[in-house]
Amino acid sequence: MTINPSADRWIGRSVPRVEDPALLTGRARFVDDIATSVGTLEAVIVRSPHGHATICSIDVSQALKSEGVAAVVTGEDVKRFTRSMTVGVKADVECWPIATDRVRYVGEPVAIVIAADRYLAEDAADKVAVDYEVLPAVVEPVAALQSDAPVLHPSLGSNLINERRFSYGDPDGAFASAAHRISIDVAYPRNSCTPIETYGVVASYEPGEDAYDILANFQGPFSIHAVVARALKVPGNRMRLRTPPSSGGSYGIKQGVFPYMILMSVAARIAGRPVKWIEDRLEHLAASVSATNRVTRLEAAVELDGRIRALDWDQIEDCGAHLRAPEPATLYRMHGNMTGAYAIDNLSIRNRVVLTNKTPTGLNRGFGGPQIYFPLERLMQRIARQLGLDPLEVIRRNLVPAASFPYRTASGALLDSGDYQSALDRAVLEGGLDELKRRRDEARAEGRLYGIGLAAVVEPSVSNMGYITTVLTPEQREKAGPKNGAQATATISIDPLGAVSVKVASVPQGQGHRTVLSQVVADTLGLDPTAITVVADVDTGRDAWSIASGNYSSRFAPAVAGAAKLAADRLRAKLGEVAAGQLNVQSDDVDFGQGRAFARSNPDNSVSFARVAAAAHWAPGTLPDSVDQTIRETVFWTPEQLQAPSAADEVNSSLCHGFIFDFCGVEIDRDTSEVRIDRYVTMHDCGTILHPAMVDGQVRGGFAQALGAALLEEFVYGADGSFLSGTLADYLIPTVMEVPDPIILHYESPSPFTPLGAKGVGEGNCMSTPACIANAVADAIGANDIVLPLSSSRIAGLLAGDEPQPKVKPKQVEDTAPGGQRKLTGGGSAEVAASRKEVWRMLLDPATLEAIIPGSHGVEKVSETHFTADVTLGVGPVKGRYKADIQLSDLDEPNAVTLSGKTVGALGSGEGSGRVTLEDLGGGRTRISYSYEAGIGGKVASVGGRLLDGAARVVIGQFFKALANHAGGGKVPGAGVFARLKALIGGGR
Amino acid sequence: MPKLSREGRYAIGFRLNGQEVTAHAPGRMLLTDLLRHVLGETGTHVGCEHGVCGACTVQVDGEPVRACLMLAAQAEGADIRTVEGLEPAAGELSPLQAAFREHFALQCGFCTAGILMSLDALLARIPDASEDAIREHLSGHLCRCTGYAPIVKAALAAQAQLKEEEAANA
Repeated sequence: MTINPSADRWIGRSVPRVEDPALLTGRARFVDDIATSVGTLEAVIVRSPHGHATICSIDVSQALKSEGVAAVVTGEDVKRFTRSMTVGVKADVECWPIATDRVRYVGEPVAIVIAADRYLAEDAADKVAVDYEVLPAVVEPVAALQSDAPVLHPSLGSNLINERRFSYGDPDGAFASAAHRISIDVAYPRNSCTPIETYGVVASYEPGEDAYDILANFQGPFSIHAVVARALKVPGNRMRLRTPPSSGGSYGIKQGVFPYMILMSVAARIAGRPVKWIEDRLEHLAASVSATNRVTRLEAAVELDGRIRALDWDQIEDCGAHLRAPEPATLYRMHGNMTGAYAIDNLSIRNRVVLTNKTPTGLNRGFGGPQIYFPLERLMQRIARQLGLDPLEVIRRNLVPAASFPYRTASGALLDSGDYQSALDRAVLEGGLDELKRRRDEARAEGRLYGIGLAAVVEPSVSNMGYITTVLTPEQREKAGPKNGAQATATISIDPLGAVSVKVASVPQGQGHRTVLSQVVADTLGLDPTAITVVADVDTGRDAWSIASGNYSSRFAPAVAGAAKLAADRLRAKLGEVAAGQLNVQSDDVDFGQGRAFARSNPDNSVSFARVAAAAHWAPGTLPDSVDQTIRETVFWTPEQLQAPSAADEVNSSLCHGFIFDFCGVEIDRDTSEVRIDRYVTMHDCGTILHPAMVDGQVRGGFAQALGAALLEEFVYGADGSFLSGTLADYLIPTVMEVPDPIILHYESPSPFTPLGAKGVGEGNCMSTPACIANAVADAIGANDIVLPLSSSRIAGLLAGDEPQPKVKPKQVEDTAPGGQRKLTGGGSAEVAASRKEVWRMLLDPATLEAIIPGSHGVEKVSETHFTADVTLGVGPVKGRYKADIQLSDLDEPNAVTLSGKTVGALGSGEGSGRVTLEDLGGGRTRISYSYEAGIGGKVASVGGRLLDGAARVVIGQFFKALANHAGGGKVPGAGVFARLKALIGGGR
Repeated sequence: MPKLSREGRYAIGFRLNGQEVTAHAPGRMLLTDLLRHVLGETGTHVGCEHGVCGACTVQVDGEPVRACLMLAAQAEGADIRTVEGLEPAAGELSPLQAAFREHFALQCGFCTAGILMSLDALLARIPDASEDAIREHLSGHLCRCTGYAPIVKAALAAQAQLKEEEAANA
């Protein structure tokens, strides 16, 4: 089918966006652009530098004395005013938005400093002293399940927070009788779509009414409103939530702002003033929200011709340190379509949800799709390879037959419409798959690495609000009561001059909802879209909304635009009756067009739309008896197909199911191992297309994010839970140089279940593209196992195999201390021109220490044997400021002393001890010998053992050189080497 | 520029979108904060505050500059243009802005101000910039919505339009 926008309607045309003029001129209002009340304070959050640690104490006294500070809020304060956030599974666990007794991921909030402005709050945040006892961390989901793994939440007894098994049809029988069993193991990485605008919240509290008012660039679902109100211990009508008119992208991520709504509400309550918080990028990367990483084993029972009889899924989902609402939804959103685009009758699923020392997970474009389609579509290629079949044929043979829609899948989804075979055939033809095959042949003949990948995907949209209850057993669901549906709402109002306004609760983050709604309503009421205004941000205190409101699960076109259409239809019917009276015709003879109501039988008999529309305001007595009013119409619409999960755990997890078939040709540079996309073709069936340019915009945007997930993006954690992707220089996002323009094709099978026939389209490529590119790379280099992201170094590893071992074994330097820290050991000696007694005195004198500690900004003496210091240290490119705490023990004056210390900074932490001995060389000279053992964690540890070892030697060497100088000159053996190393590594100040 | 101290507040005089302005700011205040929160020009957006995303790009004496990596006091005596200065008249878009609208080169619009300022500077300096040069220039900006292709198209369309206007005026 081709898209031919009808000349007599606005739907289907790429009209200019009404959103653009404000956005292009700097006049749009994002959360940080909105004026706040006079006296609003600003918040800065003190966050955990450790992946796992007990909080021994928090000392806020110095921070409170800092200039401009109004309050410092800790976990104890938050506990006093709130209750634990609701957890979506039955488990003995609490979920707080701030650490209370221990920290479980790097970036977890520990304290909130509230001050007159952000600069002053940052100053004070540096003065909050938190004493941690570091605990062993666990970051890999499989390791987290081991019996000896560190347990994050002792009340759970283990890190497994939920497990369920499902069986549909007869999977055991199918596996027993099938010709082949073919399987794949996949570890899907963590990533995020990282909107360019970060989180922002402004909260206030009115004690006289016990009511909170929150402005946040939240995106929905508004079921989270209930979670926040419960946590704040107020009824929903005492928690007014507003969203700004513009939001700088979300892609799911801004659902995750809700814990900060709770924190800033409490902060405002304690400070007695409105509090504003704008997240910075480093906070966003470390601690906003991430997609889940998942370890999957998928096995298929396969016939000789490649037909799949059964699938067996074993999924281990890693939700990070806390199971935050609506998780484990990532694992269950796809539950109805675990068989993808294929007709497979037998299915078994084992789902485990584990907690690890990483950022809690949440919504992210594709939500659950990338995690299932990567194994499924990689497996399709493996089946073809193993059976010697054409991968395209294996896909085609298994597709849901065109005549069987609506098609009920094994696990209960109702695939609404489509003709997958025809869409696939059209894509192959129009996208030029044969030409790509020729290009592959030519490239290979020249010895180049060229591969072709395919992927077929069903893209669900409009989530069933009940799907997440599939995580509960049927008995638990029975007790809790059914959850189902997906209420969408739209309000259309007509003012006394007859102008039409539309109000929805869809909270767009750049998708152009206002433009599309003006088209939809214009068509129904016979108006020009520019005559209609649309408001799409939400005020829960004033607007119509429900739990399903918001901008997620690609629900706008199918659900929200549909609800607006229904509201416009209702209004039109009533206006038709009013116009019939004014035109003196039967109401079924009335039509609307070009801003007028007219008689179809005699178009000259007409009246302006405004005159018909204004009657209810100015002359309600003239309305026919059958019409109550035409001033405002609010529609709530929920599709009947979205039923609660059945007793047999069947669930129609989403209302609509689009179809995508992608293929691509990639070439891998033999020298650089870079992947170049030669051509990418993506065929979409998203039902009726309301605005072609916006649909293509969604496809391109999703494709670019998926390309990032396939080639570049990963949240990397060290073994100690340290976060290694903390800046946009570490977490690489595709630029214009990396993103090709895909060839976008369309096939339109209108959904029979939505008012406009539209389905969602925004997330599909996040599901299909990573698998498609991986299949192409596997084809190019003949690899069997592909791990994302396919960075050049990873591909180089696949191409070259294991690195050959050097003949001379290098010195082992990358020891790992317990808890995943990097272990360092070393020692040395220095000669100084001072007596042992003098050296001893110097070592115990803060003024001397301040002068000789490299990068010191100040040393304070806590007691005779306890010092604290503030130092700047650089290791390679990583330079940071650290707080050091040094204790002296085993004092044997003036012969020997043991120094043990801890350092903590934004870039990492360390602890260790060293023994210093002083030897009298005679003639007023002393030899200082030292040996040390230290463990280093955090970002700084990621620079590599050799560099770290070198840097440590340099810093310690500098210390003794400075000591020697301080003592009046002397000789430091090897100082020349140190100086050279210093120049090389940039240690010290 | 005076030697700045943390405690000091400084009167900073510069041209902003053609108007002389004087603003007072602490020595450590960033230019982004001065523009947005002192002067109320919120069109310049803050995306990363470490110079990678490009959302905060403004023109300083005609050159694109990351306003998040510049102290407010460094603006002393400079000629600064922000997205608010691109419109020829209220309600009228410049050829570059109009091309962005026509080619759907923005979605959320958060990164757009910086991209417009970069492209405006490029097209002013090198009216004949090749598509490769335009891409190279755009590679200093992150956009998460559009996939970039419409932005390149809009830039090329604006370039053609500007050349046409140039020819007509010649």
